[in-house]
Amino acid sequence: MRLSDEFRDESLVQQVASRLRTYEGISATIMEVCGTHTMSAARFGISSLLPDGITLISGPGCPVCVTDQRDIDAFLAIGQSADIILCTFGDMVRVPGSYTSLEKLRAEGADVRVVYSPTDAVNIAVGNPSKKVTFFGVGFETTAPATAVAIRTAREADLHNFYVYSCHKTMPPALRALLASGETAVSGLLLPGHVSTIIGTRAYEFIPQEFGMPCAVAGFEPLDMLLGIEAILSQIVEENPRVENTYRRAVKEQPNEHARELIEDVFVAADCAWRGIGVIPGSGLEIAPKYWAFDAKKRFSELVGSANPVSNSSCRCGDVLRGAIRPNECALFGRACTPLTPVGPCMVSSEGACAAAYKYGGPPTKNAR
Amino acid sequence: MRIITIDGLNAEVEVDGIRRKARLDLLPNAKVGDYVLIHAGMAIALVDEEEAQQTLSLFREYLK
Ligand code: SF4
Repeated sequence: MRLSDEFRDESLVQQVASRLRTYEGISATIMEVCGTHTMSAARFGISSLLPDGITLISGPGCPVCVTDQRDIDAFLAIGQSADIILCTFGDMVRVPGSYTSLEKLRAEGADVRVVYSPTDAVNIAVGNPSKKVTFFGVGFETTAPATAVAIRTAREADLHNFYVYSCHKTMPPALRALLASGETAVSGLLLPGHVSTIIGTRAYEFIPQEFGMPCAVAGFEPLDMLLGIEAILSQIVEENPRVENTYRRAVKEQPNEHARELIEDVFVAADCAWRGIGVIPGSGLEIAPKYWAFDAKKRFSELVGSANPVSNSSCRCGDVLRGAIRPNECALFGRACTPLTPVGPCMVSSEGACAAAYKYGGPPTKNAR
Repeated sequence: MRIITIDGLNAEVEVDGIRRKARLDLLPNAKVGDYVLIHAGMAIALVDEEEAQQTLSLFREYLK
């Protein structure tokens, strides 16, 4: 039996859920920060296993969703350059920009390629020396090291036709910004398992210390999520907020030093705009000066600068990403906006809250908040 | 996914008969046979089987 199967064991899940339902504390909304948790919660029906008064709400952890419209438009604008190959993770292809999308560019004849890793894009550059290959670097601390390796590989291979448009972001500054805004009424944070393998649980100490907020790092199987939620509920009952690690088989207290070295070498922290949240100080990873030869924002600065985003005022992705509303509180949800006709990125990405809610039915519109 | 072969920092990993390439830059000490989490072509974390079994047995114990 695979390890992950054991963490899906139906009878164990049911038993833990019934233990959880003995909870008699206050009503609480718990934010699952990570898009993979959002999808997992919807897929395994986690909400229905929780005690009365305990609800889950999605947060800013879907990388494609939080990418600012200006960055999407800028990357699409680079597509106008001659001899260009645009490389992206699959989730981005159908995300609507202000005027077009990668899917539409491709239909019009542009060379748009879906890659599984940033290194695949380097290999495309090697195989197409007469083309300029540009990779859309989207993702959190989990993905940034892979992009860093790709850039270093390109330098070692002395490539002159490989570029990265970096939209990489870091999670702690975003959580700090959300908590500091006080807008989102949550009582606990379910912290992202994969990001935590890179940054370690230590990176979250400010959450209980500065905000008195209970939190737990959790994995993605049903049992993992229930364990994390249980840890948060006991912190609420005990009035003892702390960072609990319920994903010990993969996450340590310390960060991954190799990842830190890679990120510090290739990137510098910079202010960064997040969809729905705005500019968060120090939350972006821009390419460091010594690697500017590979920076698409430098190489295509005119096209990038020409981006002129117009916001689609009726899409409420921004509110969804702050946990201010649930997907089905958006008037377009399931009507004008479906996975076949997505209006915003939250309906496109496999980690998007709107896509998850649509696919699996999601929680009821009127909630206890 | 389980590591099948290692060549420098390049590994082949497998789950359910599906094989993939993965970089080991973040886990240079990983060995053939180790379980790893893969993200964007990178092995990002070792999965500690002992720790996993401990969590599961704690549960079974508690729920008895
Ligand atoms: S349902 Fe569609 S339009 Fe509404 S917030 Fe989600 S993605 Fe945007």
